[in-house]
Amino acid sequence: MSAGHDVVDPRSLHLAGDSGVHRLDATAKLVGLVGFVVLVALTPREAVWVFAADAAAVGLVVLFAGLPPKVVLARLGAIVPFVAFAFFLPVIGTGRRVDVVGVSLSADGLWACWGIIARAMLGAAAAVTVTATTSLADLLRALRRLHVPAVVVSIISVMLRYLGLVTDHLGRMRRAMTARGHDPRWIWQVRPVASSIGTLFVRTYERGERVHLAMVARGFDGTLPTVDPPVSATRVASAWAAIPVLVAASSLAVWTMVT
Amino acid sequence: MIVAMHAPDGFLEPGVAVGCALISVSILALCLRRAAEELDDRQVPLAGLAAAFIFAAQMFNFPVASGTTGHLLGGALAAVLLGPFVATLVVAVVVGIQALLFADGGLTALGYNVVNMAIVPAFGGWALFSVFRRILPRDAGGVVGAAGLAAGLSVVLASIAFSLEWLFGATAPVPFDTVFAAMVGVHALIGIGEATLSALVVAAVLASRPDLVRGALDLPPAVFADRPKVSTRAFVIGAVLVAGVFATVVSQFAFDAPDGLERVATDQGLLANARDHAFSSALFADYATRGIGNEPLSLAIAGLAGSTLALVVGYGIVHASRGRHRVPPTDA
Repeated sequence: MSAGHDVVDPRSLHLAGDSGVHRLDATAKLVGLVGFVVLVALTPREAVWVFAADAAAVGLVVLFAGLPPKVVLARLGAIVPFVAFAFFLPVIGTGRRVDVVGVSLSADGLWACWGIIARAMLGAAAAVTVTATTSLADLLRALRRLHVPAVVVSIISVMLRYLGLVTDHLGRMRRAMTARGHDPRWIWQVRPVASSIGTLFVRTYERGERVHLAMVARGFDGTLPTVDPPVSATRVASAWAAIPVLVAASSLAVWTMVT
Repeated sequence: MIVAMHAPDGFLEPGVAVGCALISVSILALCLRRAAEELDDRQVPLAGLAAAFIFAAQMFNFPVASGTTGHLLGGALAAVLLGPFVATLVVAVVVGIQALLFADGGLTALGYNVVNMAIVPAFGGWALFSVFRRILPRDAGGVVGAAGLAAGLSVVLASIAFSLEWLFGATAPVPFDTVFAAMVGVHALIGIGEATLSALVVAAVLASRPDLVRGALDLPPAVFADRPKVSTRAFVIGAVLVAGVFATVVSQFAFDAPDGLERVATDQGLLANARDHAFSSALFADYATRGIGNEPLSLAIAGLAGSTLALVVGYGIVHASRGRHRVPPTDA
């Protein structure tokens, strides 16, 4: 079992800045992100230098956006537990065996391990770069413009709006339990944790009912009103978002032609 | 090793990713419509807050053994509390936001992550829950027990779903049998924690707001006057027994034919070298190549697991759809 997620407020993900990447239209960034990630997922794992070109593209974007590399790397660390499985593949994989420092490993398993880690890292790095340079409001607006149903976008925005409150509540409950000497070590001591989660559900649901009444009182009719984005005087042309996609596509195309 | 959950980019072949994405989108469209009917204009605030709750509940570590911790996955719990349609929608929103904002799970893996973490646990969990409700007594204890068993088994169902996806779109030459046995074994253990916690959460909600437990709406409120008396220790022991029996049965299935495993190994070793062309992996192409070359056993397991999974998830959808016309007794 993996450890739980750290309590992170989604609003802290955006690192405000004034670079070209920050000012790029969020819709373009989202489309570029999806295009890039899809191309990375399609790249055969033997195409090592294609992955290198992709990594260079992401690295340049991070550099150009002026994001602290430390922060980006720290956020990439979040995926480590999920790629841990990849490290088992060379051991349990079958087929031709190769000796690596005296340990017999599956050659295909090693390739699979490399492929999963490379793709996962690149995908996560691209996603981290986009969320670090785009405000949540812009992201939601971009989702709406990409024809994600309005109800879904509204649900997401309510969720993100209240996530901080709910996790704060959770933190207070946990602190209160610790203050009363609650330090469980075995699963049969789990009842207080479960009761807290149950209470959290009831309180969160009741908050939802109150929020609904407050919204109806303010003229809510099923969808949230959208506010037009402030027009930035120096909006960067959306075409720039295509550059990483072009890098990934052209290097993949060259690789396919060469081999 | 919750690898069936939050799989990163490129974990499975593109064909499987596309297939799962199509399944996810169509089932989510259905859920969206049904959630709108069930919640009306309360849909946005209630689903939004419920999603925030699931997100937070996954952060709440609980003890497992000697100080190690695990955390709730919550798909089946959400189904018992909110009904399978709203639950699927809510958990899918959480999974999507985790992928987009937190890089928890890849964007191209969203299709199978939503299937494994939202659709299968919610509908499969709901189906199991309604089956157990019929067997267990019609009182608060029965609801709590059914919720726990359904939650625990829903995790195993999710691991079966992942193993089947691996069969169709493996990126590594690990035979299906190995993946299936390892996945189901590990998740049977994880399921014990999920079962215990989900049951106790449902018990806690029943104690204060029984009307918020959708899976218990058919019971008159008077039933909940006396608290359910389920000893946590008894529950854990019961869950371990169920998981143990289950794991034994499944591992018998998977390990019965060692020569089968070897055969699969050589087949796949050759196959993995032969193909691997990015654009040649059409949907289910692997299935044909691997399936025909394999021992019949692994296909039999796949067929059995797949049809059980489909049956359970389908039963969940049908049962949930039929439940629409039953008018729940309202509180006075």
